[in-house]
Amino acid sequence: MSIRIETDRCSGCGRCCEVCPGNLIRRSADGKADIRRRQDCWGCTSCLKECKTGAILFYLGADIGGRGSVLSVSQKGDIKIWSVTDPGGNVQKIAVNSKESNQY
Amino acid sequence: MISMIQRHIDTDILIIGGGTAGCFAAITLGKEKEIRVLLAEKANIRRSGCLAAGVNALNAYITKGKTPQDYVDYARRDAAGIVREDLLFSMAERLNHAAEELERLGVVILKDKQGEYVARGDRNIKINGENIKPVLARAAAEQENVTVLNHVNITDYLVKDNRIYGACGFDVREEVFYEICAGAVICATGGAAGLYRPGHAGFSRHKMWYPPFNTGAGYAMGIRAGAEMTTFEMRFIALRCKDTIAPTGTIAQGAGARQINAYGEEYEEKYGLTTSQRVYGTVRENKEGRGPCYLKTKGIAEKQEQDLYKAYLNMAPSQYVRWVESGKGPAQENVEIEGTEPYIVGGHTASGYWVDGDRQTTIRGLFAAGDVAGGCPQKYVTGALAEGEIAAEAAYRYIKAEEKSKEISAGAAYPYSKAEGESKETSAADKKAEYEAYLSGEEALFTADDLEEAMQETMDRYAGGIGSGYGYRESGLKTAAEKIASIEKLSQKLHAADMDDLLRIYELKERLTVCQAVIAHLSARKETRWRGFGENLDYPQEDAAWEKYVNSRMENGTIRVFERELVKGGAAYEHTH
Repeated sequence: MSIRIETDRCSGCGRCCEVCPGNLIRRSADGKADIRRRQDCWGCTSCLKECKTGAILFYLGADIGGRGSVLSVSQKGDIKIWSVTDPGGNVQKIAVNSKESNQY
Repeated sequence: MISMIQRHIDTDILIIGGGTAGCFAAITLGKEKEIRVLLAEKANIRRSGCLAAGVNALNAYITKGKTPQDYVDYARRDAAGIVREDLLFSMAERLNHAAEELERLGVVILKDKQGEYVARGDRNIKINGENIKPVLARAAAEQENVTVLNHVNITDYLVKDNRIYGACGFDVREEVFYEICAGAVICATGGAAGLYRPGHAGFSRHKMWYPPFNTGAGYAMGIRAGAEMTTFEMRFIALRCKDTIAPTGTIAQGAGARQINAYGEEYEEKYGLTTSQRVYGTVRENKEGRGPCYLKTKGIAEKQEQDLYKAYLNMAPSQYVRWVESGKGPAQENVEIEGTEPYIVGGHTASGYWVDGDRQTTIRGLFAAGDVAGGCPQKYVTGALAEGEIAAEAAYRYIKAEEKSKEISAGAAYPYSKAEGESKETSAADKKAEYEAYLSGEEALFTADDLEEAMQETMDRYAGGIGSGYGYRESGLKTAAEKIASIEKLSQKLHAADMDDLLRIYELKERLTVCQAVIAHLSARKETRWRGFGENLDYPQEDAAWEKYVNSRMENGTIRVFERELVKGGAAYEHTH
């Protein structure tokens, strides 16, 4: 369970470093975000939601059955669009409206 | 030798921890414009605490036709009697108000055509809680008289003659020492995760039920300062989706899924329906060879499956990834369930500070709210908000009364001076020297990570973790106490290369202090009351003689355990300082 930061897409804005509840993300010497202790991530995805460039991807560790797919999220107004991309590049998307309550 | 920069802050009320309870305490105190409030948080209040990923229901709400007393009765039954009914009642009275406040601040709550909240079961209402934490954080930060101090880790209270006058800590990024003097302190730091070896101890070690960053700071500070604590033997073990440790309640209650064993038999009724009995049933079925156990979701409608996907993205995204990448959603495959490692968490069980009706601890001027406050289980989000509000109002009354007695005015330049404070036990200068010693010096043989692993192994093996089926014995607890004491000694010799290392060292130290209390309490209660949350193998039955609280206080570095009679319905407990 952790995140991967795509440095070529990272703008170095530092929002993820600011928000991580575990103080796990810091800026490295080149100004880009870097996760220091991959195994210490809780999986809350706060950093994904903060990132404006979609540079942060979330995945499940192989020890808990992860198969290499990555989760990302983008936001348009009240709608969050979550995407899961599998290792073959197939993408599955789902839109969640933040103004709509859960049904359960 | 490293010399940290020293910063001194004076405030009227210091709130430690900006999670659910802490943010709401700050929002409440926003109404009292003449006082200054400082909210210190080791991460950033925007996403810190239990609500980081979101939450999908408010599980403590008085639904139509029910009363606060019904909620008290439910919580008492669920905890097999070991609760403070006075605290439960004052919390329950405010639950609906807390929900309405959340809605006013911007959290979406599902309503029917008549504009009433839609209930899920007897005590729950449905919401979209993905953004609940940013909503609370924004409201706290917007209060004119509230200053938020993010990324500052508080490690110790400043106490003199059993009266609090502040706290000290450090910046988690820069070599800065903080000494904060305050008229009153509200502790809202949350419970303790990571005491026991987690279900997955390797790469996914932090894929746990409770925030791994809640390391028991508030408990540890209180224990070290000599505050009275209660019911640390009532650990919490959550029943969760296997591997992702995502909530099961949403599937069970929302989609009506039952717990079944490997033979497809529904087993819940066999064991009883309290929170601990539900865990026990699953543990037992596995132990007797009828596992794995599942939530029976196979065959649910596609619409239900889509709704579950959205619900999980709003609180536990890993479960969604699990469903999608396995190619089998809950409609195709039942969801396997398991029990987690034990946690100490006063929002679900009754562990925490021994407080009076105002949530004042046995240290004068120190208040506790949320997961750190004992005697009042089943808080969930709204209960934590209610306690944040109760503690905030009481802390305000306390400083007003103090002002009157001292003839000082709130907002004065230096009302709570350290000059009248400095005591030997909790001197700020000593604390600064302690931090600096970790930052200076040579690389040590062990790291904080090494010792954390040793602590978790010890607790797992000898104090009733997953590895020992949650069972423990007196002889094993003795071994645990010895091992934890020796790890504690080693922790004094660690080295911090930077402030991040220092944070990990203090998190470890907090956990070790909490472990000491847990072991002492487990050993004191000579019965098995909450089967599922733990089994005392020397005393496997419930015993009416133990219908009392097990409380403790640290004296000269040792935890002394004693008993207190139950505070029952209609009665109230007040401190006699």
